[in-house]
Amino acid sequence: MSIPPSHLSYQTGGQSEYCLRLGTADVARTILIVPPLFDEMNRTRKLLVDAMRALASGGVCTVLPDLPGCNESLADLSAQSLDSWRQAVCDCTRQLSATHIASMRGGCLIDDSANVPLWRLAPVKGASLLKRMLRTRIAADRENGVSTTAEQVIEDAKSGPIALSGNRLGQHMLATLESAEPIARANIHEVALSDISGAPLWLRAEPGEDHVMAAAMAADLDRWSASCGG
Amino acid sequence: MSDNIENAMRGLLSDVLGLSTGQVEAMDDETELFGALPELDSMAVAGLLTEMEDRLAIVIDDDDVDGDLFATFGNLVTFARHKVAK
Repeated sequence: MSIPPSHLSYQTGGQSEYCLRLGTADVARTILIVPPLFDEMNRTRKLLVDAMRALASGGVCTVLPDLPGCNESLADLSAQSLDSWRQAVCDCTRQLSATHIASMRGGCLIDDSANVPLWRLAPVKGASLLKRMLRTRIAADRENGVSTTAEQVIEDAKSGPIALSGNRLGQHMLATLESAEPIARANIHEVALSDISGAPLWLRAEPGEDHVMAAAMAADLDRWSASCGG
Repeated sequence: MSDNIENAMRGLLSDVLGLSTGQVEAMDDETELFGALPELDSMAVAGLLTEMEDRLAIVIDDDDVDGDLFATFGNLVTFARHKVAK
């Protein structure tokens, strides 16, 4: 049986952001999902929502917030940084009473401020995300007959937001991204891709889906969240 | 050692381009990549390079990358071996 989604909101940075919830709020466990960042976010949304549905049918509630400037958000993406997104995750955790956080890829860079147990899948450094977006930008420029370097693109960002993989990013985001690493703290359960049967959909050129991987993620999240917190 | 790198490159192509296991396992040194695989365009190259750096713990200077690197599977493996040996 398919569980209907609820459309909630949370307040952060002085405005309201949208949040998708699957499952009911009266259950013992509510897992907040921090998605991968930038273009990887788009490629994995179906995977995440499939995993959320599987968890909901087993009685575990999940919430997937829009980060300011992403999806339905009216906030200016170019005014965001990893710090404003970390605050948004913290605000959403508190306001929607999440008992656990599950983050993936770049989501692991902004998941550490709320004091709840943490599950991380395939964490990535901010520098790797930035480098890939810069390379994509340079390749796109080259196809338009313009020769640029990563240094030039970063320099351009000092005079205003730049477009990277379809995202208008400001200097503060680039600066925080360059040095960001998943922050270590107590109560983290880290999962490698090889622990979950599936393919890294976030690397693909097109969004995809993988029901087997979504089910494996849901099963691991269910086991883990039952064993801690809540 | 060399087999590990070759297998890592097969896994990389499968993961980033979404190629089937059968397709990447059938590749040999002469298998043409860029121009022969519709999945491999210049945007995908950006993903392949960055993922290669992460998986092999190497740094690729974009000046090292020319048209020949992704011409054949053999070229890609040779490049990766050379970088890892450095």
